[in-house]
Amino acid sequence: MTALHRELHLAAHFPGVNNTTVWADERSGSQIDFTSFEHLARTAERGLFDFFFLAEGLRLREHKGRVHDLDVVGRPESITVLNALAAVTDRLGLAATVSATFNEPYELARRLASLDHLSGGRAGWNVVTTSDAFTGENFRRGGYLDRADRYRRAEEFLHAARKLWDSWTPDGAARPVEHTGAHFTIEGEFTVPRSPQGHPVVIQAGDSAEGRDFAAASADVIFSRHGTLEAGRAFYADVKARLAAHGRHPDDLKIMPGVTFVLGDTDAEARERAAEIRRQQISPQNAILALERIWGRDLSSYDPDGPLPEIDPEPDSTLAQGRVRMDDPLEIAARWRALSKAKGLSIRQTVIETTGRQSFVGTPRTVAEELLRFVDLRAADGFILVPHITPGGLDEFVDRVVPLLQERGAFRTEYSGRTLRSHLGLAEPIWKG
Amino acid sequence: MSATRSPHLAVALDGPAHCGAEHYAELAGLAERGALDFVTLGDSFARPGLDALAVLARLAPGTRRIGLVPTVTTTHTEPFHVSTSVATLDWVSRGRAGWSVGVSATEAEARLFGRRPAAPLDALWREAGEVADVVARLWDSWEDDAEIRSTATGRFIDRKKLHHVDFQGSSFRVRGPSTVPRPPQGRPVTVVDLTGAGEPGHRVAAAHADVVLVRAATPERAARLRADLHRAAGARGRDPRQLRVLVSIAVDLGGSESVPQPGLEARPRTAAPVAHFSGGPVELAELIARWHRAGAADGFHLAPIAPHRDLERIVNGTVALLQHRSLFRTFHPGGTLREHLGLARPANQYATAPGGGAA
Repeated sequence: MTALHRELHLAAHFPGVNNTTVWADERSGSQIDFTSFEHLARTAERGLFDFFFLAEGLRLREHKGRVHDLDVVGRPESITVLNALAAVTDRLGLAATVSATFNEPYELARRLASLDHLSGGRAGWNVVTTSDAFTGENFRRGGYLDRADRYRRAEEFLHAARKLWDSWTPDGAARPVEHTGAHFTIEGEFTVPRSPQGHPVVIQAGDSAEGRDFAAASADVIFSRHGTLEAGRAFYADVKARLAAHGRHPDDLKIMPGVTFVLGDTDAEARERAAEIRRQQISPQNAILALERIWGRDLSSYDPDGPLPEIDPEPDSTLAQGRVRMDDPLEIAARWRALSKAKGLSIRQTVIETTGRQSFVGTPRTVAEELLRFVDLRAADGFILVPHITPGGLDEFVDRVVPLLQERGAFRTEYSGRTLRSHLGLAEPIWKG
Repeated sequence: MSATRSPHLAVALDGPAHCGAEHYAELAGLAERGALDFVTLGDSFARPGLDALAVLARLAPGTRRIGLVPTVTTTHTEPFHVSTSVATLDWVSRGRAGWSVGVSATEAEARLFGRRPAAPLDALWREAGEVADVVARLWDSWEDDAEIRSTATGRFIDRKKLHHVDFQGSSFRVRGPSTVPRPPQGRPVTVVDLTGAGEPGHRVAAAHADVVLVRAATPERAARLRADLHRAAGARGRDPRQLRVLVSIAVDLGGSESVPQPGLEARPRTAAPVAHFSGGPVELAELIARWHRAGAADGFHLAPIAPHRDLERIVNGTVALLQHRSLFRTFHPGGTLREHLGLARPANQYATAPGGGAA
């Protein structure tokens, strides 16, 4: 078959602790039992996915000084789960999100190299920087770093980790490592022989200019935020253009937005299912909470089915902790009020209308074609799919969408390699002596 | 107090490092077939080989009953990460996790982190005790029934059943609660190996251990150590019946069975006497039976010199013989490591009376 479409890459995200995950559905299973992880990973491998992806939590979210309780709360530690999944999968890549802020390079490089060995070359590391004082209260390091420092630390962390991974000679002898920098001073021998992939696949998930530069310099995959086709294309062009400055080829970095999907036998049915999922995600309590996150005030006396508050947001509120910061609360509030007024929407309806909706909705054919369009028009190299339901939320996609992608010659019909790097078409890292 | 009726048996998987999982999977499979209580895998940042907790997590899905006990150091690591990794090992093994509390004493290990110089054993074990304390608090920071999934109120958890731990140690603090729900065993089994740990290690064992590994050259010496530990645990308000003392023995079954070697010999290499057995599987069974009869210990932690060869002989020879004499179980009646060891699932230190609930 001639290549009508660009090849696409797929990853599966275990449903997380935000409200994209529907826990109130009767099909919704455990978020913690290993059987849930096994089910989803096996489904992803059955679908010949590139990798399975786990997020990280280092402090439970709090709202008004108490643990946030309206979404899924709690999850197991990523790398340990992935080591166990290595036993029940054979080819699937296994990627963990691990903070570069609340870990030390030597220990984490060792854990990641161990995962790469134990999985036969399937490890991935999503490097994140999570340095707020709130999360720091759980760690020796504590403290706070501003955004530029966070990335400087992450870059130095990754640099040190790569030195450790490169420290063994090709004939299997350890060489001493020395690293001295602003954040780390490391001296000694790395005790793990070079792993099958040399370096695990490095993923980066920040959207800021610092994040994009970090990715262009150092990452193999970007876990981007999905927007419109136009926004995706602009992001894609921007990031790929940054690679040359680092002596890299555009194909050396794969751009994979995190996306949700809803399937139906007809497009109308899929849309109805999507709307129902939105209602489950935005419970009346969650609607008030979403409002409080923007207003920075206690709004518990407001009726979720009533109008938006007349009072203005409190700009410097610390009501919600452990979440990504809101851009400009006053501006968002003005936008929401305008929408509510124009369409006559209640608080809950406004939240349902404005906050993240499903990315791809339709019949398997509609969704397959839409995914391919994003890839062909260079808004993405692939997707990290985020199912709504644990653990069965990927079954339908694998059964109904993957075959269509294969039919169109855009997705593999079998694994050709054994390592995650080979699935992603990435070169082996250069072995620096 | 007399030792538990049937001895507990554990085996170390240590030996030359392997990078794949197959070697360890085979050994753990053997140990499981022998209905042993648990396997251990030692670790340190200076030891060649893979992360021990990672290796045992990799073995969890392929085994069904055997307990999995990696060494985890408390010195250069984050107590929060130690807690969540061991809790997760318990989740992926469905209640078969333990951890052996480690310290990193060398200057070489300290230089791999560059945070602080090597500290004296006394300080390291004091910190290890604090880590063991906060790790258990974090496991308890979720009550067992915290997850409610109440669609009527839109609440996934009852947040009154999650607790900040607000722990302040001498070199770290942790706010909590854990990000991982309370593990299946409530608290995975905490093991303290007294070899080289001295008096400060003894204090940590008395305060926090479920299982203590000791070295002793004679049954009498082992019995004294056990009685000491019981007293020390009791003095801290703990129930000594919830403590298992296992004698560690280095085992060399390489010799021919027809030429019995002199049983157990003491080799005073370090401060603590190191027990070393060299002989055949039958002699080892007799030694275990004799020591156990003498009330020396609750069981034995066997460290084979050549893991593959010796473990096979331990299971097919020593254990088979003990089973034949009804001195050891032929299958695991329980599912969790605590059940194998006859240890109760601990009550949650934060749980309040039903209907109550602290903020």
